[in-house]
Amino acid sequence: MGNSSRKPSLFLHSSVLWPALGMALLLLFNLIYDPDFFRIGMRDGRLYGDIVSILLQASKLIPVVVGMTLVIATGGVDLSVGSVMAVAGTLAAMLVASASMPVAAAILIAVLVVMLIGSVSGVLVAYVRVQPIVATLIFMVLGRGMAMRLTKGMGVPIENEAFLFLGGGYVLGIPFAVILVFAFAAAVAVFLHKTAAGLLISAVGDNASASRLCGIRQARLKIGIYAFSGVCAGIAGLIAAARVQSAEPARMGELLELDAIFAVVVGGTALTGGRFSLAGSLIGAILIQTLVWTMQKLGVPSDVTPVPKALVILLVCLLQSPRFRAQLTAPFRRNPVMKAPA
Amino acid sequence: MRGVRKTFPGVVALDDVAFTVRSGEVHALMGENGAGKSTLIKVLTGVYPKDAGVATFAGREIAPRTPLDAERAGIATVYQEVNLIPELSVAENIMLGRQPKRAGFLQWKEIRRRADEALARLGLEIDSSRAVSSYSMAIQQMVAIARALYLDAKLLILDEPTSSLDEQEVAELFGTMRRLKDDGLGIVFVTHFLDQVYEIADHITVLRNGGLVGEFEKAQLPRLELIAKMLGKQVAEVEKVGATLAIGTPGETDGPALLEARGLARTGSVAALDLEVRRGEVVGLAGLLGSGRTETARLLFGADKRDAGEVRLEGESAALAHPAEAIAKGIGFCSEDRKSEGIVPTLSVSENIILAMQAGRGMLRKLPKAKQLGVANHYIEALKIKTPSPETPVENLSGGNQQKVLLARWLCMQPKLIILDEPTRGIDVGAKGEIEKLVESLRADGMAILFISSELEEVVRACNRVAVMRDHGKIGELVGAQIEEHAIMELIAAHEE
Repeated sequence: MGNSSRKPSLFLHSSVLWPALGMALLLLFNLIYDPDFFRIGMRDGRLYGDIVSILLQASKLIPVVVGMTLVIATGGVDLSVGSVMAVAGTLAAMLVASASMPVAAAILIAVLVVMLIGSVSGVLVAYVRVQPIVATLIFMVLGRGMAMRLTKGMGVPIENEAFLFLGGGYVLGIPFAVILVFAFAAAVAVFLHKTAAGLLISAVGDNASASRLCGIRQARLKIGIYAFSGVCAGIAGLIAAARVQSAEPARMGELLELDAIFAVVVGGTALTGGRFSLAGSLIGAILIQTLVWTMQKLGVPSDVTPVPKALVILLVCLLQSPRFRAQLTAPFRRNPVMKAPA
Repeated sequence: MRGVRKTFPGVVALDDVAFTVRSGEVHALMGENGAGKSTLIKVLTGVYPKDAGVATFAGREIAPRTPLDAERAGIATVYQEVNLIPELSVAENIMLGRQPKRAGFLQWKEIRRRADEALARLGLEIDSSRAVSSYSMAIQQMVAIARALYLDAKLLILDEPTSSLDEQEVAELFGTMRRLKDDGLGIVFVTHFLDQVYEIADHITVLRNGGLVGEFEKAQLPRLELIAKMLGKQVAEVEKVGATLAIGTPGETDGPALLEARGLARTGSVAALDLEVRRGEVVGLAGLLGSGRTETARLLFGADKRDAGEVRLEGESAALAHPAEAIAKGIGFCSEDRKSEGIVPTLSVSENIILAMQAGRGMLRKLPKAKQLGVANHYIEALKIKTPSPETPVENLSGGNQQKVLLARWLCMQPKLIILDEPTRGIDVGAKGEIEKLVESLRADGMAILFISSELEEVVRACNRVAVMRDHGKIGELVGAQIEEHAIMELIAAHEE
């Protein structure tokens, strides 16, 4: 067994490779379809272009995906994120508009409320042992209802400059929302790298009984992670509301939980928990957003978009399956039987 | 099978191995962990493709590509962990995947009838409509065999079928094996239990480090020689190891107790018992399977909560509500169930080793990567863990090496008390010897050890004091020279009256 034959296989097992490959193919397709795809221009001190628009659209998905990755790594799932976005967005908008509270205070209160919602999901999962899908389904329904009740079903227009800056502001020509979510994702990545959180989360997701016997206090860890997922969704909700200059309780974050789960799975983290890849999830999120953008550009009617989206997700998942890859690459490999001495 | 070769990235798992099983014989496949027994069987049954070599079955060359291929060819396999669905009935388990149907509907009567037939072939008369989980491990094992044999098999492979059975159950299984042998079936028997090999096998094939040592007739291979062949040593050396192991110095039996349990109990699993363990002492928990040994250990570690009683560690009362608390007080616990309570399969060897240490430091104080590797490498060397690298996922290691990884996990914490629950289960003679020696040296260094094992001779060799358990309670204690196999057995038996 020579070393030369091992290196490429190590590379092939890198978790980020397959979503990155899918992304590259999609970008290539866009480039062929529209040679100007990568062009970035400057207008009124603001960058614009397809790439900028895609990132701006992805800015509400990215924080959600960060939280979702960690929840899925523990072996759970968070279906409440879309509704939690609506709670955070409408609550902050209401506090600013009708209670004329300073933006910072309103945001802080909104984030604390969604953190509380996440913690309650966490308690249900960790102590009451409700299955994660059920525990968060409760808040998916309840959260939407809370947001609707808060505004009596009406949208709340946002006029406050500072609040609007979250969705429409630019710093050095770059959309502030994009800077914010990437800085957030980077901060989480640094935290995971500098602390043992990643190891403990993977251990709990991979073998819960063994982790418990190692002295990992899983209940705390899980509550913390569901609370964190709530905060992530809250940030996304604030950005989403600011982007459309109105908090719409019925539509904000609708079905976004599915996109987030897709992004995490496409990014190479198994739904069964264990090892996870934050970078993979981010690529997954951008991939999905690029896909939506491509579809709009091709003039695919929006009610048909889910079909190609599903197909691309299927393709990336197939590429991730070692079995499918083995069958795909079999004709190109030399048969190992021939190499071994008889 | 001739000239069989199988390589994995970085490892040659089998090299030029020949293996012959005749009809109507029980053929034992022996070897240390990592010798290639499992790999050979997986090649034979189509789980792995072989890289070279020829396999002939009933006069025809075969190259099964999937387990289903092998099954169709007439090779039936029962793996170490019984692969049945506990909540389904016995009949359903036997017939799963081959249910007789008419117009798309299951024919329940026919399912029952055929399942009963399959069981009858093994001489088993049980109610096949009851759930598999309601039967003992031995019966479950036989149901698995019935399922495997359902398709007119000519060769039956049993991979460590006895590791979770007690003596009575083993006897039942052997009865079945003899019956099948007389029917002309060839049986491959993989096990670590030497006694069992000498009881039932006709031929013995020994593997070592992926190579063939040889095939022997049982009568011509004395036990000691077999051990020597498995270890790759001379007979004289083995005798010496045996001798040094037997001479254990007695531990302190009258110092202050490190751990002291009074009236420790939990409803339904442990009846109030007292137990003491001192520094530099190996205390054994002996008893049959299900006598409450593991349950007692779990209470002492805080893995289960006690309902009553008190536990004192170094004189201080300890609540032990969570394993984390026990660990903080210097207790380590190696579970008997390596797979579901021990290893974290996709994490690396080094991550598995430092996991408890990291959990103790808390999430924020990460053990630096260099330190992690330092600890891991130290124990990989000290315990002779066979792994391509510390970064290898632990699931790729053999059972004995996984067990050593788990020992390393606790040893690196430098515990005051370590609880070893069946630390030698399912591992080979060589590794067993190493673990026994390790226990002795830890004891000599002043560690307190609670040692649980189903193998009495092991308990006798390792322990300074033995608490004997039966029916979830402690029935007596033996100290020093009193510790003998028959004394333990007499205690258990006497209580049975």
